[in-house]
Amino acid sequence: MKISEIAQAINGEILTKNHDNELDIKSACSADLMSDVMAFSKENAMLLTGLINPQVVRTAEMMDMKVIVFVRGKKPTESMIELAEEKGIALIATEYPLFEASGRLYEKGIQGSGEN
Amino acid sequence: MKKAVIVRDYTIPANDFTIAGEASSNVRKILTQLGVSPNVVKRASIAMYEAEINAVIHGKGGNAHVEIDENKIYIVISDEGPGIADLELAMQEGYSTAPDSIREMGFGAGMGLSNMKKHADILDIDTEVNRGTTVHITVYFNSDKKI
Ligand SMILES: Nc1ncnc2c1ncn2[C@@H]1O[C@H](COP(=O)(O)OP(=O)(O)OP(=O)(O)O)[C@@H](O)[C@H]1O
Ligand SMILES: [Mg+2]
Repeated sequence: MKISEIAQAINGEILTKNHDNELDIKSACSADLMSDVMAFSKENAMLLTGLINPQVVRTAEMMDMKVIVFVRGKKPTESMIELAEEKGIALIATEYPLFEASGRLYEKGIQGSGEN
Repeated sequence: MKKAVIVRDYTIPANDFTIAGEASSNVRKILTQLGVSPNVVKRASIAMYEAEINAVIHGKGGNAHVEIDENKIYIVISDEGPGIADLELAMQEGYSTAPDSIREMGFGAGMGLSNMKKHADILDIDTEVNRGTTVHITVYFNSDKKI
């Protein structure tokens, strides 16, 4: 799915400016514990989380993730948005809780693990 | 022919969650610019990031020293924090002494040390109670270790 399609599927707002809308996102991981993301997520290009702090963006950077979805109406700070833009990571905010946001994207074909 | 060796040193501030990861991020950028394969870049940066976060949350901050030559990256993360009394226990998945405040920040699942071992080609840890901890990570550029 393209980033714009992902945002649409979860009524989300894209918060970063310079994302690459040609990217085709195929798999995702949902977690509030970054430790688990680093230990268990393999080739996922997208992270869904209810956690807000700069290490979420850092974790995504180290994991080669291209999109972070913040759930439950949580909004990242300005400095997190700047950091994400610098790293070419798209940030999306949605009102849906983690389970529902994940479910909506799964329904559209996003997988739990795979080749990006 | 002798290729230049890149050496970098970073300070890792204690308990600063906004800056934590800067050193790993910088090293990641250098490796990417050198054209190192994405799998190796990812492994080296995850291992270093785990060690950097540990120095921040457990070790009262410290230093990172990085050497890159044509074959490998060698990373040393050292701190003068409390040290690890039982390293074998600490290496086990799920073992963590992190307080709830750290867990609220998304860390402290007790996965970091085993994750470092998984991603590094060589992992050496020197630690002494009340003295500090030094983590040595080596990742070879031609290693085909998969995560
Ligand atoms: N640099 C360090 N100084 C002192 N103690 C450490 C250090 N690194 C690790 N430890 C000890 O080893 C334990 C396990 O470390 P590990 O990185 O595996 O897990 P964690 O940091 O607690 O959680 P996670 O890495 O999953 O976020 C820590 O909880 C801590 O007690
Ligand atoms: Mg850790």
